[in-house]
Amino acid sequence: MRTLFDCHKASKVKIVKLNADGDLKQRLISFGIMKEVKVEVLEHAPAKSTIEVKVGKMRIALRAEEAKLIEVEQI
Amino acid sequence: MNRVDAKACPIIINHIKVALVGQPNVGKSMLINSVSNAHLHVGNFSGVTVDKTEVLFNYKEYHFTVVDLPGTYAFTDYTIEERVTHEYLCTGDYDIIINVVDSTNLEKNLQLTSELLTMSKQVVIALNMIDEAEKEGINIDAEYMSELIGVPCIKVSAVTKEGIDKLIEAVTLKYETAKSQTKLYFSESVEEEIAQLVWYLDKHKFESENTYRNIAINLLKGDKTTYAKLHDEPIWIELQPILIEAGKHIKLHHNSDDIKEAFAEEYASFNRGVTAEVLNQKKQEEKRTLTEKIDSILIHPVLGIPIFLFFMWSLFQLTFEIGNIPMEYIDIFFTWFGDTIGATIANDDIRSLVVDGVIAGVGAVVLFVPNIIILFMGIALLEGTGYMSRVAFLLDGFFHKFGLHGQSFIPLVTGFGCSIPAYMSARILKNDRDRLLTLFIIGFMSCGARLPVYVLFAGAFFSPEMAGNILFFIYVSGAILGLISAKILKLTAFKGKDEPFVMEMPKYRLPTFKLIWHTVLTKTMMYLKKAGTYIAAASMLIWFLSNYPHNIKLTQSYETKIEQTKDIVLKEELHNTLNELELEQSYLGVIGKFSESIFTPLGFDWKMSVALQAGLAAKEVVVSTLGVLYALGNDVDQENRSLMGAISKNISFPSAVAFIVVIMIYLPCLAASIVFTREAGHIKYFFYLFAFTSVVAYIMAFIAYTFTRFLF
Ligand SMILES: Nc1nc2c(ncn2[C@@H]2O[C@H](COP(=O)(O)OP(=O)(O)OP(=O)(O)O)[C@@H](O)[C@H]2O)c(=O)[nH]1
Ligand SMILES: [Mg+2]
Repeated sequence: MRTLFDCHKASKVKIVKLNADGDLKQRLISFGIMKEVKVEVLEHAPAKSTIEVKVGKMRIALRAEEAKLIEVEQI
Repeated sequence: MNRVDAKACPIIINHIKVALVGQPNVGKSMLINSVSNAHLHVGNFSGVTVDKTEVLFNYKEYHFTVVDLPGTYAFTDYTIEERVTHEYLCTGDYDIIINVVDSTNLEKNLQLTSELLTMSKQVVIALNMIDEAEKEGINIDAEYMSELIGVPCIKVSAVTKEGIDKLIEAVTLKYETAKSQTKLYFSESVEEEIAQLVWYLDKHKFESENTYRNIAINLLKGDKTTYAKLHDEPIWIELQPILIEAGKHIKLHHNSDDIKEAFAEEYASFNRGVTAEVLNQKKQEEKRTLTEKIDSILIHPVLGIPIFLFFMWSLFQLTFEIGNIPMEYIDIFFTWFGDTIGATIANDDIRSLVVDGVIAGVGAVVLFVPNIIILFMGIALLEGTGYMSRVAFLLDGFFHKFGLHGQSFIPLVTGFGCSIPAYMSARILKNDRDRLLTLFIIGFMSCGARLPVYVLFAGAFFSPEMAGNILFFIYVSGAILGLISAKILKLTAFKGKDEPFVMEMPKYRLPTFKLIWHTVLTKTMMYLKKAGTYIAAASMLIWFLSNYPHNIKLTQSYETKIEQTKDIVLKEELHNTLNELELEQSYLGVIGKFSESIFTPLGFDWKMSVALQAGLAAKEVVVSTLGVLYALGNDVDQENRSLMGAISKNISFPSAVAFIVVIMIYLPCLAASIVFTREAGHIKYFFYLFAFTSVVAYIMAFIAYTFTRFLF
């Protein structure tokens, strides 16, 4: 299983599944992070603790723990 | 904008109450500022507005009340501020919704819009930031869009004020016309279920404000309020099994076990459809937008944090260097002003009250206005450009190690300006534990009112070249102490699992000059107003307490001694001793002496103890009190009347260091403490904060005092 966390900088992937539950899942969805959506990894913070991704036109910062909950596949 | 004066137009026919709703950072507050003369706080990050605010203005024969609400991504109660919005939308008493939308990111913004469309209220859509959209080559067909979704869509810009009149016209027009069915369409399978529910509601002639279609949609997506409303109706018994069946179908269709997710996908495809129809982008989007280019430097994994520290260092350097240029003139002005006014007052006591009390106290505070302005400008830039979220991103990993949430950075930075809005903005934190933890350490971020104390002491003990560095050092060590305290609190009082961190990073914007000007001006005026009222009163009080009771015997005995001596040096010495003795036996002296023993281990004399205690009311009072106390004690020494001089002469370096440490840590001012208590939700937290800050302040000051004494 490949997650958003495993992706290199500048890679573009498609979301397959959100393994988050409840509130967090709702939150991700309201940010546009949902099934079938394409995301691009823009930047890693020091020690890869936080990553910045681009969804549509929006840039979103996520922590490593959250990124690990997002299953992706190569496009 | 035609602002019609209420007096000129006594017959105001209609009152329209508008709720302003939209995703965060789309320009809701700025839009209100541009239609009225309000100065709501505007900033380029999510979560600027955290509470609802009403603004009133008149337009033609209409009387408008606009309610600015915190931005919300969707109809959820994720954070407190979003709960404020959701609650207001469901239960508030308003006539119409203006849904503010960021035209440069239409598809994502429509997510909230499509949810709003199922409510029973009328909606008008404001396609804001149209100026920016045009620059990016985005063209939106607003008329076609209005037709497609069944609500008026108006292109506006809060910056250029384009389309604002049209927006208001549309609101008044919509207010007068009956509600029409909005055109929100779903996939076939969902439409089937909706049709079935509508048919059912119709069969029972169910009475409701909202349309059957909207009720059906809300029921299907599991909207709590609609559920609660229908739950007590007789038709519920028959309705429930139909609903369960319908839910199953939809979930099956979407291959998901979560109805909310299924509906989000439905909305998303509707929004994609609308966007594809109405929006065309002429210019090919660049491979790397400007924002991404800037980001590649500013949030660089290695360079990011040093760059941020450099910015902060420069800010404090400027605060001291530039801020100190006008200081000399302000000082000269107040000395001159005091002398001139003093010369016109015959009565000794009144002259002393005015010159040594009010003018010395207020002057000491006004002296630091230039420094404060530079600090406020720095904060306004940080807030207005979009850099704020970047630093939150950079520091999140680091903060996380100390048990803080990355988004805590936003209230913490706000705390450098003033603790009161900082306490409020902690609402953007979802989790109560994170929020309380942040509330407890906001005080460690030295607020603008403490800056004068630091500038005063840094200027008194260090050369001008060093003073800026010292300021930076004071702020950074305050922040580091805050982080360490956070860690301790997290390990003891606020244990628990970590909350997720998901945050939008806005695009960089160059804030307009007007915006910066207004932000800085509003804050500076507040500071000056406080100096003119509160600080003046406090200075008078301090003056009274330090002048009474008069001890006539003491005065007479010294005055005869002074007359008898011929030696000028001795004369002056006696005079100074008299002043000191008089001060010491005054009410304030007695209070100071009483508490002095507590502060002796920190090396404070009674004047410093009194100034610290007075600082519990407001931090500016520390400076004004020192101003009054040293003005009274030193009026013989004409050469060195400036407060800085008096400080460096009367206070030893180790005591000064300990004093700064206490100022850095101890309880914020009275007003901030009240807001803290309200935001924390219980009075007990205030006592915790008091105990916590006092203990930490005392211990750290003691360490600092002992250590510096050992070194120097
Ligand atoms: N170019 C341009 N910028 C705008 C416009 N309206 C707002 N902005 C900028 O957008 C940013 C956000 O504005 P705010 O008014 O604080 O947004 P808000 O919707 O109230 O945000 P929250 O209170 O956080 O929900 C600020 O940096 C504004 O300067 C506009 O019409 N054009
Ligand atoms: Mg706002």
